[in-house]
Amino acid sequence: MCRLPGLSDEENRALYGEAANPHGHGHNYVVEVTLDGTPDPVTGIVFDLKKLKEVLNREIVEPMDHRFLNEEVPPFDRVVPTSENLAIEIWRRVQPRLEEAGARLHSVRVWESEDFCAEFQGESS
Amino acid sequence: MIRLTRRYRFSASHRLHSPRLSDEENRAIYGKCNNQHGHGHNYVLEVSVRGPVEPETGRAADIAALDSLVHREIISAFDHRNLNADVPDFADAVPTTENLVAAIERRLRRVWSTVFPGEWPELDRIRVQETRRNTIEARL
Repeated sequence: MCRLPGLSDEENRALYGEAANPHGHGHNYVVEVTLDGTPDPVTGIVFDLKKLKEVLNREIVEPMDHRFLNEEVPPFDRVVPTSENLAIEIWRRVQPRLEEAGARLHSVRVWESEDFCAEFQGESS
Repeated sequence: MIRLTRRYRFSASHRLHSPRLSDEENRAIYGKCNNQHGHGHNYVLEVSVRGPVEPETGRAADIAALDSLVHREIISAFDHRNLNADVPDFADAVPTTENLVAAIERRLRRVWSTVFPGEWPELDRIRVQETRRNTIEARL
């Protein structure tokens, strides 16, 4: 649900449209995580996709799937859960875990619907 | 910085035929797309914009404003039209997907600052999918 606490119902509707509905609404989000790297000369792979799946399940899917983002997933109790902020938050959660595991995160894409996507490539981009 | 991508759809017909080439050359270069009576596509257009997230609203661009711009400048001009006959951009240009991407960029840039008067968002990428196998992209 996209609402700013300082704004009236009407102002929130003008800013966020239907996404401002006070009872919330849902999406079937699709997250695309892209890594950068060179294939290992022996295995021929850039990064073990099973490990990637573990990190994504633990850091993103388990805490966020079937939850009310505003109520149950910090920082969205204070930060509006737009797709932009969701992409940034997913980057923040997975980037350090992937770096520890030896992978270089290139981008996080959050598809909110088939027709709308927000992509984040880190603070430096 | 965030990149936002929005997907739109339009259907249009065209014929790929260059007056600077002979009929035979046109057939050789454009193949079936040179068919005299034209043919149609269900185009998928992706417009990407780039900008910082506004801390207050959590958004990088007003997508409703982008939607109305794209509908006004692109969809209403191209959807269910014959690109060669109905769209002035192709009076002198072959309506290839490459030229379609260029026309879309020109049309959006022409009025961009009236819709988005600030520094951000900026136009980042235009991508047109002509068929499931053919996509042309311009990174701006």
